[in-house]
Amino acid sequence: MIGQSSSRIFLAHAVLILGILIVAFPIYYTFVASTQTLQTILKPPLPLLPGDQFWNNYSEALFGGVGRIGGVSVGRLLLNTTVMALGIAVGKIFISILSAYAIVFFRFPLRMVFFWLIFITLMLPVEVRILPTYKVMVDLGMIDTYAGLIIPLIASATATLLFRQFFMTIPGELVEAARVDGAGPWRFFFDILLPLSRTNIAALFVILFIYGWTQYLWPLLVTNSNNMNTIVIALRRMVSFADADTQWHLVMVTAMLAIVPPILVVVLMQRWFVRGLVDSEK
Amino acid sequence: MTPRVVFPNKVLPYLLVAPQLAITLVFFYWPAGQAFYQSMLRQDPFGLRTRFVWFANFRKVLADPAYLNSIKVTVVFSLATAIVAMCVALLLAVMAEKVVRGKGLYRTLLIWPYAVAPAIAGMLWLFLFNPSIGSLAYMLRSFGIAWDPLLNGTHAMILLVSAAAWKQISYNFLFFVAGLQAVPKTLIEAAAMDGAGETKRFWTIVFPLLAPTTFFLLVVNTVYALFDTFGIVHAVTGGGPGKATETLVYKVYNDGFVNLILGDSAAQSVILMIIVISLTAIQFRYVERKVHYG
Repeated sequence: MIGQSSSRIFLAHAVLILGILIVAFPIYYTFVASTQTLQTILKPPLPLLPGDQFWNNYSEALFGGVGRIGGVSVGRLLLNTTVMALGIAVGKIFISILSAYAIVFFRFPLRMVFFWLIFITLMLPVEVRILPTYKVMVDLGMIDTYAGLIIPLIASATATLLFRQFFMTIPGELVEAARVDGAGPWRFFFDILLPLSRTNIAALFVILFIYGWTQYLWPLLVTNSNNMNTIVIALRRMVSFADADTQWHLVMVTAMLAIVPPILVVVLMQRWFVRGLVDSEK
Repeated sequence: MTPRVVFPNKVLPYLLVAPQLAITLVFFYWPAGQAFYQSMLRQDPFGLRTRFVWFANFRKVLADPAYLNSIKVTVVFSLATAIVAMCVALLLAVMAEKVVRGKGLYRTLLIWPYAVAPAIAGMLWLFLFNPSIGSLAYMLRSFGIAWDPLLNGTHAMILLVSAAAWKQISYNFLFFVAGLQAVPKTLIEAAAMDGAGETKRFWTIVFPLLAPTTFFLLVVNTVYALFDTFGIVHAVTGGGPGKATETLVYKVYNDGFVNLILGDSAAQSVILMIIVISLTAIQFRYVERKVHYG
């Protein structure tokens, strides 16, 4: 390796620290704002250190304060969002591992037709078929239901392609050995394929959980009742910059509660996260 | 590919693909087909009669100054977001390659914006730059800049681009770091022995070798800016002030859900589909090439 002069190393650290300041500042600032009184927030500039209202604001928001603004408690919003994010992550992994299993380990008429039908959905994101999809949801009575929030989002090609790619690397000898030993397709799936796919499943889970948690357009379309809002949508409804009544300190607490769970997932499961991100884009 | 060893079942595979296929058909193909069909229909103002008009809706949409404006807004927004997010991420990735101590910590601190929903990212930036209560807006004003993203279209666009690019930095950073690690160290050492300085080494060796990563990220970032940023636009500006930040996706939503012009909205959906299909095609052509050249 080429020697680096210490001044250049110092410069590199300086640039990185500056980058982290830019990247982290909006989140830190939100945290600071969530620990201040409403009066302090309304008079910029805001102090750079957290205030002393942490317990007051958080307990007020958690035990009724946000309910007064949006009509729904924070607990309910977090529950809705968690159900949606987990439902999407689990559902997507479930249906795509099954279909990838069928496409790689079986030969049947129409196999490639099915593969292409799934593959083409890559090119049909919700954003390009907003209105007709909404109409399907109304016809099926899925507005304001968890099923409506979850099911239409669990079909997508990425996860299927990822599992297919991984399955194709599994040597045929393994399948043959399993068959010689008398294992049927289910036995093979549960005893060999699933354990081998553990890493891929974990990586995909992290990515999909975040995907589900940060959805915006879809919950906006399929929820009318405040009871079914996700925390992101509720936050949008609480914020009104023209309205002098906005309870900014509570809004900031809610924003923190909406940001922290997915950030924890990313930071604590960093290894899987990086892997899932890089793999799912191949 | 060698012929795989497979299971001989006849019915089981159909059962296995059934769930995904059912959802795909009901929620993807049926609505997409509807969009195509709708895009050739026109309703009278009272919604009583519907006529089949072939491509008249497309002609109308493509001649509409509001739509052309929205194309322009989208191009500016997507390019600016992609370029800003990629330049910052590349700079940080190059710096992160140099340091040894604290590398892991830097990475951890740089990746978390990925977990923030685009709409929330938008709201945080608006909170920072809101003319009445934002601290950074306050600073800008004290420098004598008449900052008001709620009234000034250019300011609104700058705010949207900052929020959208901010969220995407972590993603690009991870891919650039992976790309930089794949650059053979021997090449760089050889160049150093030949007397090439650090800047020269970067532009003549590292940057060209990063081209596949850069191109890939350019496509991904464009798709992100086109589609995933609906939340930012909806939460921050609502397409305003005027129509200064009305992107294509926002306009589809607005025409369909708020203004209820179904035929136009469907025609716009179909145009968007064509854009996604071409972008995906470009991406896959490139992936194909990467496989061939190793």
